[in-house]
Amino acid sequence: MSMAHPEHNRVVLQVKDLKKSFGNFHILKGANLELGARENIVILGHSGTGKSVLFKCIVRLIEPDAGDIRVLGKDMLGLKGDALRDLRIRIGYVFQGGALYDSMSVRQNLEFPLKYTYRTDPAASELNDLVEEALINVGLIESIDKMPSELSGGMMKRIGLARTLILKPDILLYDEPTTGLDPVTSGDISELILKVQEEYQTASLIISHDIKCIEITANQVRVLKEGTFEAGGTLEEMKHHEDPFVNSFFK
Amino acid sequence: MAEKPHMKERITASLAELGEIGSFIGTITSNFLTHGVNLQELSRQCYRIGNKSLPLISITGFILGLVLTLQSGPTLAKFGAESMLPGMVALSIIREIGPVIVALIVAGKVGSGIGAELASMRVTEQLDAMEVSGTNPIGFVVNTRVLAVSLMLPLLVLYADALSILGSFISAHAAYSISFEAFIHKAFDVIHFSDLIPTVLKTFLFGYAIGIIGSYKGYFAKRGTEGVGEAANSAVVISSISIFVIDLLAVQLTHLIL
Repeated sequence: MSMAHPEHNRVVLQVKDLKKSFGNFHILKGANLELGARENIVILGHSGTGKSVLFKCIVRLIEPDAGDIRVLGKDMLGLKGDALRDLRIRIGYVFQGGALYDSMSVRQNLEFPLKYTYRTDPAASELNDLVEEALINVGLIESIDKMPSELSGGMMKRIGLARTLILKPDILLYDEPTTGLDPVTSGDISELILKVQEEYQTASLIISHDIKCIEITANQVRVLKEGTFEAGGTLEEMKHHEDPFVNSFFK
Repeated sequence: MAEKPHMKERITASLAELGEIGSFIGTITSNFLTHGVNLQELSRQCYRIGNKSLPLISITGFILGLVLTLQSGPTLAKFGAESMLPGMVALSIIREIGPVIVALIVAGKVGSGIGAELASMRVTEQLDAMEVSGTNPIGFVVNTRVLAVSLMLPLLVLYADALSILGSFISAHAAYSISFEAFIHKAFDVIHFSDLIPTVLKTFLFGYAIGIIGSYKGYFAKRGTEGVGEAANSAVVISSISIFVIDLLAVQLTHLIL
């Protein structure tokens, strides 16, 4: 398990009393969460408890019904246009399946945010250096000219992470980064999450049910139950939690 | 009696969808006016759309002229009006049959393709990935495709019209020994430049409708593979209906203006 860092006290992401319903289905019923700088928090919860909805609310892919989200001290829900875009790109979202653009090669996938986020035309050499740096960091430089259809599930997740890292985010949201992978690849991805945190000095929220991933990456664990965070603490504290619902995840 | 609420619900849902399409048009227009369009992606989409449709349009256009001449020739011959055949065929192809048939083919081939592609991007979270990385998918994915179909369809129609007239000539030459010079002379005797302007404007609108509906259906597709199929299918159905509605309005408008 990764060790606590002195910077953890500086809050980079704060979610307060977040609520979201779809029709009569109340998925988030007042979720509260604080993420410190260079901290890794793993979020646990059964399917349909709103873990991915929470992530999508944080980046405003879904608009919450009520509550407050502060990212790097700014009110995320009050922003529009370029101000929203500028804050959004400080958050890297690593999608479950990688979400690679399947009509583009790996190189084009990584160039895409650099070229189109700011609508600038960076010099080809600068572009190439940034793409290669991101791919070296995820250990897949040899795949630079491959198409997404030629990559395995684990490789797609790594490339998805590299594409996220290219904009140098401060916060990373990992949506089930090891789901569907074999134990070895899953371990590699978990180690990569730690390595990225060290190199890019990021804070991360990680949705995972993979105990090995939690053991490697988590400073803190939070358990989401019926739309609110039921419990929180270190992995050891959670393993010995008195609530059977909480420690059921570790059996 | 039990049918009534069902029908009412369907009408309400259709009207709501129409409103949503209107709002989608507003969003993409505003994005276009604010940010313009990515020319590199636009030219890539133009090439894809034109190239994808060319073989089918070529075959259909050629056969259309051939069949139309074979069908109408004997009727005109009964009245001794074979000489009117080139003009009649050319006029009906340029004004009506060419644009509508080509638009329906493009709706089937390109409209469904756009619907399925965008729905697949939605399902695999590619559109979400663009949005969170600060790139507006409306500008990059939707506007380029809508504009590409709108620009390429008039060109495809003019190309298909030319092939139809060629097909018509071959058929007329075989049946009535009409020479190429005589055929072209007779055909262009009745066609004026003013016949082409409404055709081009009309096909631009057909293309716009195909692009908008395909994009709307794909962009707001339901999650899951079923959503991809549904998006492709409904894109074709609604685009095809829209083509006939636009055609009807365009014909009325043309009669009023010209």
